Amino acid sequence: MIKDITIGQYFPGKSFIHNLDARFKIILTVAFLVLVFLCKNFWALGVVWVFGVVIYLLSRLPVKLILKSFKPLIPIILLTTVLQLHYINDGNVLFEWRFILITDKGIFTAIFIAARILLLLLVSSLLTYTTAPTDLTDAIEKLLSPLKIFKIEVHTFAMMMTIALRFIPTLIDEIDRIMSAQKARGADFESGNLINRIKALLPIFVPLFISAFKRAIELADAMSCRCYTGGDNRTRMRQMKISWRDIIASVVTVLIIGGVMALNILFENLI
Amino acid sequence: MNKIIEFKNVSFSYSDEEERVLKNLSLDFYEGQFTCVLGHNGSGKSTMAKLINALLIPTEGSVISFGFDTADEKNETDIRRNIGMVFQNPDNQIVATIVEDDVAFGPENLGIERSEIRQRVDEALKLVDMYEYRRHEPHRLSGGQKQRVAIAGIIAMQTRCIVLDEPTAMLDPKGRREVMNALMKLKEDLGISIILVTHFMDEAVNADRVIVMNDGEVCVDGTPREVFTKVDLLKSIGLAVPKPLELAEALRKSGVDIGGTPLTSQEFVNEYKKFTETRGQ
Repeated sequence: MIKDITIGQYFPGKSFIHNLDARFKIILTVAFLVLVFLCKNFWALGVVWVFGVVIYLLSRLPVKLILKSFKPLIPIILLTTVLQLHYINDGNVLFEWRFILITDKGIFTAIFIAARILLLLLVSSLLTYTTAPTDLTDAIEKLLSPLKIFKIEVHTFAMMMTIALRFIPTLIDEIDRIMSAQKARGADFESGNLINRIKALLPIFVPLFISAFKRAIELADAMSCRCYTGGDNRTRMRQMKISWRDIIASVVTVLIIGGVMALNILFENLI
Repeated sequence: MNKIIEFKNVSFSYSDEEERVLKNLSLDFYEGQFTCVLGHNGSGKSTMAKLINALLIPTEGSVISFGFDTADEKNETDIRRNIGMVFQNPDNQIVATIVEDDVAFGPENLGIERSEIRQRVDEALKLVDMYEYRRHEPHRLSGGQKQRVAIAGIIAMQTRCIVLDEPTAMLDPKGRREVMNALMKLKEDLGISIILVTHFMDEAVNADRVIVMNDGEVCVDGTPREVFTKVDLLKSIGLAVPKPLELAEALRKSGVDIGGTPLTSQEFVNEYKKFTETRGQ
């Protein structure tokens, strides 16, 4: 059940997208998210959508997997869409019943927003799908390193993230195990009202916390046994290199930002 | 032989009120040897392992590892770059999310140059037979594979000694065999001293020296053959002897003395052949 969650997971590969420098990938992802918000009409959003789909095709991730990972998000997208329908009251009225008022503009806006949210989720999850967690944390460490002048321990922060990422699958296994053990002794997680269900979760979290602390102590011992003393005097095996791919990706993104702005000016804006 | 680790009248207790886990222990370990420390739960064998590389400091007495007193905090790094440690739970000692990054963790901490780390990591992974898994995520590996990655992480630091605290306790028989093979290779190919803390008798059979601990004291110390012939003593402190030896012992007690002290199945077969041949004459 828990194991079906794919958001935040990494799928190894050798595609163009996989091979981009992680630092560029983070910056370009942020740029893309901004780009999605820049779009003011369907033409601009359409261009960005095409761009998004092209990126996905370049990443050569299995389509099935992507579809599967977005299943749990459908209710959220539907909910925001329905709310949007309700909020927009101008334009031609198509349907009116008591307090419900649906206009053509409302429908357009709702579709627009849904398309936007979906694209945002797709692209931001692509970052973790195609970037090894180690590359990601290395890149964050590098990108944040200017903060060192404010005496912020960037290395420690990056190490914390690495360990957190490393232990997510381990702790998921642990939760599964604890839940099975509780079920075997008659615990019921699936029925009853909300409060009862939350209460039923308590016997899962207590052992989970205890074991997390035990793991932390053991891991700290193991790390200090391997001479870990923090970020000073530490070397790194991996080196991050900027390649022609990163240049191409950046240029393309900049061009598309320009294009979107042009389309915003050329066509009538929806929002 | 060179002394690498020296326990001088070491006593240890986890807190003032508690009973001492180690009682006035004096013990030496030698370079290039495969030493196996046996004992049941609570015999103090894990505590002893942690005293070797300054994870614990003796309450009384002193531990000298590679010439450095473990009680002095300044020596910590010097001790740990000479003595690596592998723990029981493979999940709780892997730091990175990719196998080769984890192996590189130790050398990175030592500040070794990039190209050299790369080389060490590849060599270490090849030695434990995990090279083709170098780009894998640790949580997708089996227990035995994870434990071999942990061992590779120590090899890459080029320590002179490696202490393993029940590394096979959480593994299936296949995983145990893989880890034991990796350890034998380590000793033969690199000449690294190995101190293996375990409660599996079979793992002690191939050691150069076996130390049996009981109640915080050394109970028996010698070659596997010397130690395992003391079947009754081992049984009295709650330890089993290797299965082939136990079988030979059972046979002897029921009047069929095949002779010898077979520690492995192969040795048992050989002894039994000899026995049937002499009886046939």
